[in-house]
Amino acid sequence: MGYEPAPDFGTPASTAKEQVTLTIDGRAVTVPAGTSVMRAAAEAGGSIPKLCATDNVKSFGSCRLCLVEIEGARGTPASCTTPVGEGMVVKTQTPRLEKLRKGVMELYISDHPLDCLTCSANGDCELQDQAAAVGLRDVRYGYENANHLAQPTDNSNPYFHYDPSKCIVCSRCVRACAEVQGTFALTIDGRGFASMVSAGQKEDDFLSSECVSCGACVQACPTATLQEKSVKEIGLPERAVVTTCAYCGVGCTFRAEMRGEQLVRMVPYKDGKANRGHSCVKGRFAYGYANHQDRITSPMIRDSIHDPWREVSWEEALGFAASKVQAIKAEHGAMALGGITSSRCTNEETFLVQKLIRSVFGANNVDTCARVCHSPTGYGLKTTFGTSAGTQDFDSVMQTDVALVIGANPTDGHPVFASRLKKRLREGAKLIVIDPRRIDLVRTPHVEASYHLPLQPGTNVAVLTAMAHVIVTEGLVDRAYIEERCEIDAYEDWARFVSDERHSPEVLEAVTRVPAADLREAARLYATGGNAAIYYGLGVTEHSQGSSTVMAIANLAMCTGNVGRPGVGVNPLRGQNNVQGACDMGSFPHELPGYRHLSDGETRALFEKDWGVSLDPNPGLRINNMLDAAVDGTFKAIYIQGEDILQSDPNTRHVADGLAAMDCVIVHDLFLNETANYAHVFLPGSTFLEKNGTFTNAERRIQPVRKVMEPANGMEDWQVTQSLANALGAEWSYTHPSEILDEIARLTGSFAGVSWDMLQKRGSVQWPVNEKYPDGSPVMHMNGFVRGKGLFVVTDYVPTDEKTGPRFPLLLTTGRILSQYNVGAQTRRTANTVWHPEDLLEMHPVDAENRGLKDGDWARLASRTGETTLRVTVTDRVAPGVVYTTFHHPATQANVVTTDYSDWATNCPEYKVTAVQVSPSNGPTDWQETYESWSEKSRRIAPEPMEPAE
Amino acid sequence: MKDTHAALVRMANQIARNFVAIGHDRAVLATADHIDSFWDPRMKAGIFAGDRSSLDPIAAAAIDHLQQHGDPGPQTRATEFAKKGDLHNSDAG
Repeated sequence: MGYEPAPDFGTPASTAKEQVTLTIDGRAVTVPAGTSVMRAAAEAGGSIPKLCATDNVKSFGSCRLCLVEIEGARGTPASCTTPVGEGMVVKTQTPRLEKLRKGVMELYISDHPLDCLTCSANGDCELQDQAAAVGLRDVRYGYENANHLAQPTDNSNPYFHYDPSKCIVCSRCVRACAEVQGTFALTIDGRGFASMVSAGQKEDDFLSSECVSCGACVQACPTATLQEKSVKEIGLPERAVVTTCAYCGVGCTFRAEMRGEQLVRMVPYKDGKANRGHSCVKGRFAYGYANHQDRITSPMIRDSIHDPWREVSWEEALGFAASKVQAIKAEHGAMALGGITSSRCTNEETFLVQKLIRSVFGANNVDTCARVCHSPTGYGLKTTFGTSAGTQDFDSVMQTDVALVIGANPTDGHPVFASRLKKRLREGAKLIVIDPRRIDLVRTPHVEASYHLPLQPGTNVAVLTAMAHVIVTEGLVDRAYIEERCEIDAYEDWARFVSDERHSPEVLEAVTRVPAADLREAARLYATGGNAAIYYGLGVTEHSQGSSTVMAIANLAMCTGNVGRPGVGVNPLRGQNNVQGACDMGSFPHELPGYRHLSDGETRALFEKDWGVSLDPNPGLRINNMLDAAVDGTFKAIYIQGEDILQSDPNTRHVADGLAAMDCVIVHDLFLNETANYAHVFLPGSTFLEKNGTFTNAERRIQPVRKVMEPANGMEDWQVTQSLANALGAEWSYTHPSEILDEIARLTGSFAGVSWDMLQKRGSVQWPVNEKYPDGSPVMHMNGFVRGKGLFVVTDYVPTDEKTGPRFPLLLTTGRILSQYNVGAQTRRTANTVWHPEDLLEMHPVDAENRGLKDGDWARLASRTGETTLRVTVTDRVAPGVVYTTFHHPATQANVVTTDYSDWATNCPEYKVTAVQVSPSNGPTDWQETYESWSEKSRRIAPEPMEPAE
Repeated sequence: MKDTHAALVRMANQIARNFVAIGHDRAVLATADHIDSFWDPRMKAGIFAGDRSSLDPIAAAAIDHLQQHGDPGPQTRATEFAKKGDLHNSDAG
């Protein structure tokens, strides 16, 4: 599309079903009851002048510019605060209104700099537009008297400025911060003429305030007061392309607003069904990595990981990779080959990588980074409900009465969803948080959890079983639902199991450390508080009983009848943008796209016919098993797309040993990541801005990713994979990802009705999309579970093998922070580092005191696996005996410390429980120093040979 | 350096321990089925060939069953995979 600012209807849409007809300027208009007169006029194509109204926030009625005349009504009411009425007759333009509006505008302009020609918002300023709209020609009041024109600009935020001299104090920013984001960082300070927007306390600037840099205020600002610095630097955009964010699993859609090939800004798309016009600091602002100087855009090869890299042509790099793969296959067989798909890449790219491994390499050794995050979700929800995906859409939360958040930190990990959740909580819904840490949601402005159960890491199953014990023994189950929707024999077995006294909160308190009385009250609230929804994250899955915990969650939801309608359900918050899609696309080693096991001959035949190859019916290796097999000498070559296993996977030393043992490591990425230190071939990747395709978010929503600029490396990632396949003798000839999507739809039932054209028309759709559900499926299991009856599964608490003891008395758990994403490959290469320049170790004051550690001290963090150093932050956010850190920075090497323990069913690593000791330190460990030196050496790129002199 | 056989034994024991609650006989079959559905052939060959003295009784019985009788067929819904004609079943075991 060409550039047009997103339409603004002035006030939010009404969701009422009843329709009202009124007359506006002589035209009959029909809208839902509760719609404002302003919005009704806008929907009919009109435009009532406005300044303080915008459709992301509730009407406010302060600017007095949107006045209208209504037959039979006194005065000139504000159209933004006046709801439509049946038969109402409205006039939006009369001499009286004209005069009033001019007067209002005159006052605004009298305290506003008249630098329109050089203002960065020139051409995109509502004040300018409205001055024109009301026909303002003269301003009678000059600048001789008091004004705000000399107010200094606050440039502290790296992405936007605050210039109070241009502020008209419309409060749109303050309201957006409160209503949309829910942070309440902004306020109007002072009264009357002294009123001004203020972030935090008097002494704060934007950076030091509670502002989370979500951009909602910038989006709401009608002038250049709060504006992206990029607009000031580049100029206004000239075109906009709607695309999907490549950060977390919320899957926000944005207007990528462009000037030529330059991205001016990412503006959240109001029609985006996952984000409803909101954003976070990552998606909104942290895209600078795309042009970072570390980006590698030329293919590179080397014979040995001890050699410097050599930049070569695509042809040479692909030929080199293909010859190595073919030689290994000839000597060791296809079982020695494998690959890893990425949850950061598109469905189409992921599909092609697994197709390459299965049909060209000839092995099923393909796995995905979902292995290390949400594979237990697949196992657990498949077993209980019949499908591995979340049951709801994000809109569902607005009908929730009780939200149970376990092992997730939505304000940091899934901030746009967190804002929706907080909005619902402010409306009165109740909150239960089960987490070892006091996450922000426990107590944040205007939100307070009814119960926070600060469990001992590793005891999720015990806590959930104790909750089930309370619900069953106190008769709080929904018996009618269970009898109608679930396998009753399995329910009876489960009910007997959880009713046993050994599962009571009182008995389990010794294990979980959760006060039994709190747990009982939380269980009662969940069972009886109305629509109850469970939201969970990696604090559930990344445990030795991750799959059991997912099943325990499903048990709770089924026994209380909380599956199968809006407002309830079981909702895995996916870490990366395309975790769901990567799983859907057959990235796991035992199954083909559509979750069909390789042993099923009919399914295999379907793919064999389509692909023209014969497929191995045996499961392949998972990531951790590939590394084991490499150390054993039976696995020799790997193709890794968009995944940094050396930094993200547990037990870094073992990962390094595995990679070092391989003869051919092909890394396909944007940067020379940590894994690339062990690579022989580097294939440069393209960013989400440089390619077409689709992502599937946490609510099963398939959304288009659209190319807004040409790939800096010359090829989209699907083209790179295709080229590698063809260098190995395949004859693939896709010309656009839409053709790959057609193949996916042809071979995969849940995608049967999906096509590129359909997505262009509809924006997005939630799978399954097929003959039965042509419009997709916002809520699953509405009329029964996917596989018939819901299945209760007995989930016995089996303690992890990772034990604390005298040498390692503390438990380390890990997580992420708002400004950074995963291993930080993208966000560390943006200004987001201003908020999080390094990983810190959170430690309770008592534990810190016992070890002589103070805030900011360097500490040695040691486990049975390894040790590293990082600085300490002392906080009672963690309980005594528990320490916590993030893993966003490679220098920290947090995964040097984590262990090989993993989920019993899926081998998802147990990142969340490591027994450690912490002691004072004065510098990096030997491993850190050795690794840094090795890493620097490994990243050398040989200078281009000099042209011979003539 | 990691001992791969020890890792396989640990994995098998862990699977078995999580099936204990369903009773010995069912747990043996479920463990065998799980290993057959998700383990690569070299992993199965490795545990068949290696020392079994560290295996828990259920895991040991499961490995014996698998070696002598092969796949016992789906024992849990997690191993009842979608078929060719299924429209929207899923798992990620």
